[in-house]
This record gives sequence, structure tokens and C-alpha cells, in this order.
Amino acid sequence: MKRRSLMQGGALAAVLAMTGGVAVAQEAEKKIIGVAIPSATHGFMGGLNWHAQDTIKRLGAAYPNLEFVLSTAGNSAKQVNDIEDMMATRNIDALVVLPFESEPLTAPIKAVKEAGKFVTVVDRGLSEEGIEDLYVAGDNTAFGRVAGEYFKANLKPGAKIVVLRGIPTTLDNERVEAFQKALDGSQIEILDMQHGNWNRDDAFNVMQDYLSKYPQIDAVWAADDDMAIGVMEAIAAAKRQDEMWVIGGAGMKDIVKRIMDGDKQLPVDVTYPPALISSALEMTALHFVSNAPMTGRFIIGSQLITPENAAKFYYPDSPF
Amino acid sequence: MKKIDFHTLGPLIALIALIVLGTLLNSAFLAPANITNVLARSAFIGLIAVGMTFVITAGGLDLSVGSMAAFLAGLAIIAMNALAPSLGVHWGTILIGMGVAILGGLAAGYLNGALITKARIEPFIVTLGTMGIFRSLITWLADGGTLSLDSGLRTLYRPVYYGGIGWLTWPILCFAAVAIAGEWSMRHSRFGRHVEAIGSNDRVARYSAIDVNRVRLMTYVLLGMLVGLAVVLYVPRLGSASGSTGVLWELEAIAAVIIGGTALKGGRGRVWGTVMGVLILSLIDNILNLANLVSPYLNGAIQGVIIVLAVVLQREKHAASER
Repeated sequence: MKRRSLMQGGALAAVLAMTGGVAVAQEAEKKIIGVAIPSATHGFMGGLNWHAQDTIKRLGAAYPNLEFVLSTAGNSAKQVNDIEDMMATRNIDALVVLPFESEPLTAPIKAVKEAGKFVTVVDRGLSEEGIEDLYVAGDNTAFGRVAGEYFKANLKPGAKIVVLRGIPTTLDNERVEAFQKALDGSQIEILDMQHGNWNRDDAFNVMQDYLSKYPQIDAVWAADDDMAIGVMEAIAAAKRQDEMWVIGGAGMKDIVKRIMDGDKQLPVDVTYPPALISSALEMTALHFVSNAPMTGRFIIGSQLITPENAAKFYYPDSPF
Repeated sequence: MKKIDFHTLGPLIALIALIVLGTLLNSAFLAPANITNVLARSAFIGLIAVGMTFVITAGGLDLSVGSMAAFLAGLAIIAMNALAPSLGVHWGTILIGMGVAILGGLAAGYLNGALITKARIEPFIVTLGTMGIFRSLITWLADGGTLSLDSGLRTLYRPVYYGGIGWLTWPILCFAAVAIAGEWSMRHSRFGRHVEAIGSNDRVARYSAIDVNRVRLMTYVLLGMLVGLAVVLYVPRLGSASGSTGVLWELEAIAAVIIGGTALKGGRGRVWGTVMGVLILSLIDNILNLANLVSPYLNGAIQGVIIVLAVVLQREKHAASER
């Protein structure tokens, strides 16, 4: 029964196609899009998972001929298995993947591409160029630069700052290098840079030690909103809230709320939106349901969240 | 008698060496604020490690404690947030939250212990399983994000971590009390002797009319309750719990126990040694942050070297005195 109606749809579409309705013809065909992302092990990935599920729900309702297969993985090996399973058992037409790590995922994703599927790579590039049809990512260089420029514009020469770094990765290196470059020639001194691993507890410990070590700190680049929360708690415990302000990063709802409320200690935030997975999913869906060209590179800029524009970045329902 | 002295000396020498090193590298090291920070930070792992000493001494192991801590923190936060509107923001609500953490710990410890002693499954497998279960549950409860305590309750609860008597904050006092009680029961109580007897030879212990399964079960329940107590002190610090809370705490606790001279194969428990082990681990972190000795990329390597050295030092002294 279902099959017949599908064929009728096909016949109808063929007629429409002759009269110029190409998009409708494509809509009638069932397409399966596989989505492979890391599991929600920290705040940012939690937000990303939430946005992925939210977008899949919305796209599934908007385009009934699209079907999504979502898998989350806690490590690279599991992600490779997931992708192989999708190819073998679900016969996917497209793959949207946020590679857990670049190196181990490059070959499996290349195999998907060679099988003639549409491949969208999100946020972490593969180690070989030209595999993916579409690349969607945040801008790590801009993330560091926007923060650095704010420090340069808002601190006097001779000011002293401390930096918390994330988990040692190329992504973290790009951010920190861009930050340092933006500070060039400003006579702002970076006293120390230690790894807080994008973790509240680790950031709390590192900041406590900074506070013991340095009598003068004018500002902190926490580089991540989870770390910013740990940092502010350590500053509050040392009762030095009035001496320094803190800049995080990503756009966590609690932090955005405090910027909206005009918190003196948190003047601004730099975005690195977990909703970038939504952009990737929407664009991949558009590839199948419209004629709009959806190949190439799409880089989402990092913006400065200020008290004036904070409302635009506030998602109260997201867990992040 | 001399043997025991040598044995406890190993970790103590390592600890003193670290303190001297820290003082030489940075004068801020001995400032009261820094000492308070380091001791209070050690308290979570410290409480767990004291419980772990009993489990390991009895020949067991518990890999689930880090995940369990995250899960209990999530449960306590959810309970307090749910009760805040009806009960209001006062200490009653917080006491219920504390109760949830400690009773939850008791139940989780009982679950581990019962699976090990009644269902007769290897402790490594049972607790590897529950480690995954608790970690998934907290991620699920938090919807992949972070559970945060109601801000009114947060303000009220905060002094439990930050307050205290002068520079001795509550976590430090709590850790000290548990360490003293742990040392006393390991050395002088019937329970402690049974734990050591079971760890050195459980068959002989059984023939000596010791209820081996009950004592083993009790070690896991005790550890669970101490994890609950650690959570009671942890929640007021940042007022939140997420899937990344308490990651690798189990390995830190086990490492502290082994550095302290408790044998991984069981039979010999040293609660004082465990306390030294915990302090050594947190001092290494603190000194590396204070000193800029090496590239931060190498912090893990330095930690590894010091952990191995601390154990080598103590094993050599021990072997020499046994000869």
C-alpha cells in the first residue's frame, strides 16, 4: 500500500518535473542521513548533543522523506564502528560526522566518500584534504583573536593576566597562538598559562594556585565557560573579586545570563557555538531537498557577547 | 617494631622532600592560604582513599568511586532543587540533600559489595560495570550538561566547603577525623583485624570463624558512605555536577593507597600511609602550578615519576628491613 502511494508520488513528481518542479521530485525519494558525534562528556559536547537531537527532530518533521540515524561515541574506535555499521546495515545516503580525532577517522570517512555518499565533516578537519563535500566549523583563530583584542582594548599597558588552557590539542594551540598574537605590542604581561582541561574542578585548582602565586592579577582568560565558573569560584574564595575580571568562551547559558544582567566580573564572552552541528545538519538536509549548492567550507565566526546583544545568544532550554 | 617504622617512613620521606622542594621554589608555598587550599582539595580523594584502604586490604578493589561520586552529587542536587520550593531555602533542605548523598553512597556500596560477595563476581568486573553505569546515569540525569544547585541553597551551603575554624576549613577537619578514626579501626578494632586477616588469607580467616562475606560487604558499604561524605563536601564548592565530575578519582584514590604502603594484593593496611599518599599527589599538582619548572605538557610525566619513586623508596626500605 505504502509502496504504491510512493510510486504514485513518483509518477506525480515526474509530471511536475516536466513542468519545472525538480525539488519535489527529489523530495519523494527516501534519504537516510547518518550522524556520528562524540558523546556528551563535557558541557560543550552536551550542548552539541542537545542541538543535534533538537535539529534532527525539527528536520524530520519538516521533511518526511529524510530519515536520520544518530550515534554517539566515547572514543575513536567506537565511532569508526558506528560509521561502519551505518554503511553496512542502514545504507545511508549521507554522513554528518564530528570526528572524535582527526587521524583515526580519516580512512573510514574516506571509505564512505568513495562509496559515493555525501560527507559533511564538522568542527575537526580530517588529516587528508579534499575528502568531504561540506566542512562546517567554528573559527578557533577568531576565538583567540576576539578575546585577545578585548584584553588589549580594555587593559592598561603593564597589566598582568593569567591564562587557562584546555586539553592539549591543535585546537587549543590555535586559540592560544591567536590570543597571544592579538596581544602583541600591548605591553600586557601573560604571567602564566596552565592546562585546566576545560574542566571546572581542574580550573578551580589551577586558579587557586595562580592566586597564591601572583599578588597582582588584573584579568583572566579562562578560554571556556566551564573553566570560567571554576575560576570565579576560586577568586571568590580568595575574596579578590574586585581586582580582576574573567573572560570565558563558548556561550554557556549561565554565563550569557550573567552578562545580560551586567555582571562586573564577567564583562563579555566569546562564542564558539555548540549549535554549529545544527548548521551542518540543516545544510546537509538542504542538499537533498533543494537545488541550492551545499558543498564547500562554512566557517562560523566567533562573536563577542556583550550585555547589549546577550539576549540573542541565550538558549534557556539547552543544557549548556 | 623497627620494620613498621621503616615502612611508614618511605611515604613520609617523599612528603617531606616535596614540602622542602615547594618551599625552595616559591615562598607562597607555605602561606596559610595555600596550605588550606591544598588540604581542602585533598579531602575528597582523601576520604575516598581511606575507605579504599579497607577495601584493598581485604583483597578487594573498587573502580566505581569516581563515577559514584558524580552520580551521588547529581542525586543530591536534584533532591535539594526539588525540595527547595516546598521546604524553602534553609538548612533542613540541605541536611536532606546530605542524607541523600550518604544514604545513596551506602546503597551504592551495598550494591557493589552484594554483587561481589553474594553473586561471587570478581570485584574488578563488578566495579568496572558499576563505574560505567554511574557515569552514564549522571550524564543522563544532567541531559549531557551540568546540574546546578539552586542559587539560594548554594549561598547557604557554601560555607561547608569554604568555612571552618580559622584556616582549618570543614573539609580539612572532616578528612582529619576520618583519617584518625580509620587508623584506629584498622589497628585496634576487631573489624580492622578481620579485614587484614581476610586480605592475607581468606580461607584461614573463614576457619577462624570470621564471617568473611559480611566483613567484605562492610568494606564496600563503608567506602560508599565515605564517597557520600566526600560528595557532601564537594557539592558546596562549585554547586554543580556533570558527566565530567570525579573523572579518574578512582585511580587517584588507588594510587594514594598504594603509595602509602598498603599492598595491592591485600593483607596489609596503612591508613596513615594513605593520608601521606593523598597529600603527596595533591602537592605534586600544587608545586607544578606554583613553580613553572617544566612545560605544562610534562606535568603528567613528573607526577608519574614521583609516584613510582615514592613506592620504590618505600619498597626498598621495607625489603631491607625484612632481611
